[in-house]
Amino acid sequence: MTLALAAQGARGGLFEGLWGMGPLVSAILGFFVVLGVASVLPMFWTWAERRVAGRIQQRPGPNRVGPFGLIQALADGVKLMVKEDIVPADSSRFLFMLAPAIVLGGTLVAFGMLPLSPSGIIVDTHLGIYLIGAFLALEAIGVIMAGWASNNKWSILGGMREAAQLVSYEVPIGILFLMAGVVYGSLNLADMVHGQEDGAFFGLGGWLVFRMVPFGPIAFLVFYTAILAESKRAPFDLPEAESELVSGFHTEYSGIRFSFFFLSEYAAMFLLSGIAVCIFLGGWNLPLVPGSFWRDHGIVGELLAAASMILKSFVLVFVMLWLRWTLPRIRIDQVMSVCYKYLTPLAFACLLAAAFFVETEA
Amino acid sequence: MSQLHDTGTIRPTGERELVLDVRTQDMEINMGPQHPATHGVLRVVLTADGEVVTSAVPYVGYIHRCAEKIGESVDYKMFVPYTDRYDYLAAMNNNVGFCLAVEAAGGIEVPPRATWLRMIICELNRIGSHLIAFGTYGMDIGAFTPFLYGFREREWMMSLFEKICGARLTYSYCYPGGVWNDAPEGWFDELLRFCDVFDRKWREYDALLTRNKIFIERTRDVGIVTAEQALASGWTGPCLRASGVRFDLREAQPYMFYDEVSFDVPIGRGEVGTVGDCWDRYWVRMAEMLQCTRIIRQCVESLRKDTVAGEVKTEMKTYRVAPGDAYVGIENPRGELGHWVLADGNDVAYRLKIRGPSFCNLSILPEVLPGTLIADAVAIIGSIDIVLGEVDR
Repeated sequence: MTLALAAQGARGGLFEGLWGMGPLVSAILGFFVVLGVASVLPMFWTWAERRVAGRIQQRPGPNRVGPFGLIQALADGVKLMVKEDIVPADSSRFLFMLAPAIVLGGTLVAFGMLPLSPSGIIVDTHLGIYLIGAFLALEAIGVIMAGWASNNKWSILGGMREAAQLVSYEVPIGILFLMAGVVYGSLNLADMVHGQEDGAFFGLGGWLVFRMVPFGPIAFLVFYTAILAESKRAPFDLPEAESELVSGFHTEYSGIRFSFFFLSEYAAMFLLSGIAVCIFLGGWNLPLVPGSFWRDHGIVGELLAAASMILKSFVLVFVMLWLRWTLPRIRIDQVMSVCYKYLTPLAFACLLAAAFFVETEA
Repeated sequence: MSQLHDTGTIRPTGERELVLDVRTQDMEINMGPQHPATHGVLRVVLTADGEVVTSAVPYVGYIHRCAEKIGESVDYKMFVPYTDRYDYLAAMNNNVGFCLAVEAAGGIEVPPRATWLRMIICELNRIGSHLIAFGTYGMDIGAFTPFLYGFREREWMMSLFEKICGARLTYSYCYPGGVWNDAPEGWFDELLRFCDVFDRKWREYDALLTRNKIFIERTRDVGIVTAEQALASGWTGPCLRASGVRFDLREAQPYMFYDEVSFDVPIGRGEVGTVGDCWDRYWVRMAEMLQCTRIIRQCVESLRKDTVAGEVKTEMKTYRVAPGDAYVGIENPRGELGHWVLADGNDVAYRLKIRGPSFCNLSILPEVLPGTLIADAVAIIGSIDIVLGEVDR
């Protein structure tokens, strides 16, 4: 049904028109592609995280399985899959088993609206980031469900922290989505990328992060801070604060269900970084490359665009890893005050400024 | 479930009084004995209203190993390995504390060279212990990397110990009457090199954590313990000094040759918040590490004078201690570690009483924890730097 909703208002998709496929069939097929890609790639991001952490902490990190330990993630995946799936005796069994699926499902569906290249978007809909926000919000439900169903007090605390954090940080993110909508006149991420083509200063001037100074850069920093919190990364990793809440909401999970939470976290990191790249950093656009380049070179252009997009997102993901292994964790009341006292007013200011700039430019 | 509840009373206006009946219940949470933040098998039963702690009761005794009773069953020399095992992060200091007490009770002579060596290893182990405190405190606050940085230098410290006594954690290096082995060739040079490198690396730790904005926000004005509270709870060591009381046994009642070396005693000044908050306790430990290297350098200098050349042990034998008693307290990394030995003329103590600093420092938890957030509770327990092996003994 959610896919049907996504397909409503759709104006095309990756597979639409191919062998006479309709938008719904295209969306379902695309979802399977996402499922494959988005569940395999995070495994390598976990490898990257461990290597980066190793570098920062002056130790080698995983380097035994395959070249540079690249296949370590695969070995871990197999291990998690063959492990016993323990459901605690006093948990509410159904909710306990459903929660990881909701968390991962929400994140994966949201991938469908993220463009990797001019036509590499699974569900090309006018609702774009609006739908992404909706599906990401599903995660909070899954996490509260996991915390509650585990029948573990630490898990409940973790679930509550997560709910408070996610709901709060959706406010600045939502406001900045609105700002993007005002600036680009569209909620579709691909349109936003097109809107940043061919700017001044070798093309860099078109990127939102360099426009409307100082509001563009501020909006980007606010957005980046908010997505750190939204993907539960340090210093906002309170819901799973190891030293406080044991493991937070997924304390009682093991095996494949645990790996769902894990995958979801890494997928969300990449997804949110991808959105930040699309809105603020020009998507696949690069300096000195005209915007028509990506569209005029067929499959090569598309692949190059995807590579550029993934590389840019990875830079943002890398900064997330870097922060995680450097910074301590902030406290729950500080998390809230950062959100409501600083990020939200700043986001509002950026929204108003954007409205003003768009009006004067037009 | 909330619902409108009829209280049965009629208001003066003639209306029946209805109240919205929302039942909330404080949650009783068991923190430990298996919990990553309790640094061992401490169990604290927290009552929490949401995230706010309303009461805290610590329970100890999960690794009680009858250390005192064993001390009354085996002879003095044989008890030394047991001393390693109460504060396992500062085993050298425990060895020295026990040996000093036995020597005081029995009037046993110790060669000066052995005493200088004891001072060196005490200070070296203090560095190691404070490095763990630094690393695990970072971990409690949520920063993982300081832990591994701290272990890097501690590794070198442990290999220095390995060279001098063959063990890396439970050393059993001191015996009543001296230490059992002189330092091997080149050991002092490596030690001085360690001190130089450590002073440099210390700045790295300082940059990583001490002045970190988030770290300061998490620790300042959290878990404030006033000097009166600290003294009333029998606090000693860095925790007491962080509350602004300048009391260090090395300075107040110098034992061994501590009156012949010069060093500062850092105390908490409330630099970023209030005197006696978590940041002060953290900072006192950090500042102490630099004093340790300073003391070590002076010790090595004294050792290298010709007058203290020679044997490091009188004779490793089973002493029969004449009837009498002695109490010797030494400055452990965590506070005053006291041993009271009551001898009855035999080679086994008639009564051995150990005063562990962590046990006394821990006793303040029910007073400080209520009113803090759960995350603060973790920060406070971490800042007291307890070793459960020594709490329970």
